[in-house]
Amino acid sequence: MGAGHSHPLYLPGASVVHRLPAEVKIVAAFLTVLCVVATPREAFWAFGGYLLLLAAVWVAARIPPGWMARRALIEAPFVVLAILLPFTGPDPRFDWAGMSLSQAGVLGAWNILAKGTLGVLTSLTLAATTPMRDLLLGLQRLRAPALVLTIATLMLRYADVIAGEARRMRLARIARGHDPRFLWQAGATARGIGSLFVRSYERGERVHLAMLSRGWTGTMPTTGAPAAARTQWIAALAVPAVAAALAVTGMMTT
Amino acid sequence: MSAHTEPAAAVAATTTPSLDVRGLDFAYPDGTPALHGVDLRIEPGERVALLGPNGAGKTTLVLQLNGILSPTEGEVVVGGLPVRKPNLQEVRRRVGIVFQDPDDQLFMPTVREDVAFGPANFGVRGDELTARVAGALEAVGMAEHADRSPLHLSGGQRRRVALATVLSCDPEILVLDEPSSNLDPVARRELADVLLGLDRTLLMVTHDLPYALQLCPRSVVVDGGRVVADGPTRELLADTEMLRAHRLELPFGFTLA
Repeated sequence: MGAGHSHPLYLPGASVVHRLPAEVKIVAAFLTVLCVVATPREAFWAFGGYLLLLAAVWVAARIPPGWMARRALIEAPFVVLAILLPFTGPDPRFDWAGMSLSQAGVLGAWNILAKGTLGVLTSLTLAATTPMRDLLLGLQRLRAPALVLTIATLMLRYADVIAGEARRMRLARIARGHDPRFLWQAGATARGIGSLFVRSYERGERVHLAMLSRGWTGTMPTTGAPAAARTQWIAALAVPAVAAALAVTGMMTT
Repeated sequence: MSAHTEPAAAVAATTTPSLDVRGLDFAYPDGTPALHGVDLRIEPGERVALLGPNGAGKTTLVLQLNGILSPTEGEVVVGGLPVRKPNLQEVRRRVGIVFQDPDDQLFMPTVREDVAFGPANFGVRGDELTARVAGALEAVGMAEHADRSPLHLSGGQRRRVALATVLSCDPEILVLDEPSSNLDPVARRELADVLLGLDRTLLMVTHDLPYALQLCPRSVVVDGGRVVADGPTRELLADTEMLRAHRLELPFGFTLA
């Protein structure tokens, strides 16, 4: 891909993982997450295994762990909820470091934390190795609903156009003495958002006309790359296969 | 309105016109009348400017040409094919409309995908599609930008890519809505060079009278939903009375003898 749509979660590269077709990676990531979720929370070692598995993928994709860790912070708001559980959970309770903690609460918090973090890391790994455009093409080849894909494709293109429009409107307000820091001037900002909505709606109409004029009939035409090869499927599905082995062992031993 | 004096009109009897609009009436669903008895015949290879003030009905007329709007009375025929529901897909391939704002026209994530969108919809696939895209981008001088996002192109480049998106459909007639708006002088000239080099039938909607003179030997003036003048561009633009009557004027400092 060119400089076009490098989203902040994408790490440009040419590794084995980067070169795999997007649909293969989407399926592999989805199956891996399923395995993680299906693992009993008491099988602590299995979660360590998943982390090692992901680390192996990062090595193959040449993603520095620090880079990954910074982006994983997106999980933080959900972690707050998990931290409350040991204090608010039901009895029986036990004392630790001067605090009275709920046994079920601690296990629940661990469950959310471990599975949530592994899920976020898996998604981030997919995002880091696949440009947005390829993700959409991959979903298209996996036969995701056409309407959803059309909306996502247009969003990919117009998010920046609309952001640009919002920026120009803001400049025009500031140039006429508007200072959005004052609460009593919030009205102007609110009206600005309203008119931005109307403008975007009108643009939507015009884009629709332009699409019809070029023969659009309701689905995006598929263009480009041939279907993924069998060896690529095998390579990518090795990851969820290991994950499945971990999950099954986890279920048997607890 | 004077009779056609063009050489192109003389051979009209033997060839199928690229565009033939006959007695076109149109009113919007709310009853607002927009077009009254419009007649317009464009021969293959002609370049025609469609001039008129704001609100004259120019854009409404353009949207009739590929069946986005349907006439209340009269008929539009494109290369011998009447604009009717069963023919719509083929009509839309034959009429390549380039809209005024390239951000409306270019909706795909990359230039290449956008140029491929039209022909892919019309059933072109594989190597043929690749060749069409390459040919169209080559024709507008944008081949090296195929994999970029339209967002990262200059205004003039976007305009030329917008042109490529319809060229790739191999249209019978190109219809451009205000092609010179928002372009700096160099981009304006570059676009003119591209258009003159295309050798295609062209209908150009514009307020930019010098641009019309540069590109189109023939002009049609529309006002109040009617065709009020049709003739050689140079003659029409020299008729200051007529121009003034229809809220048109040459930019400051321009005169035509």
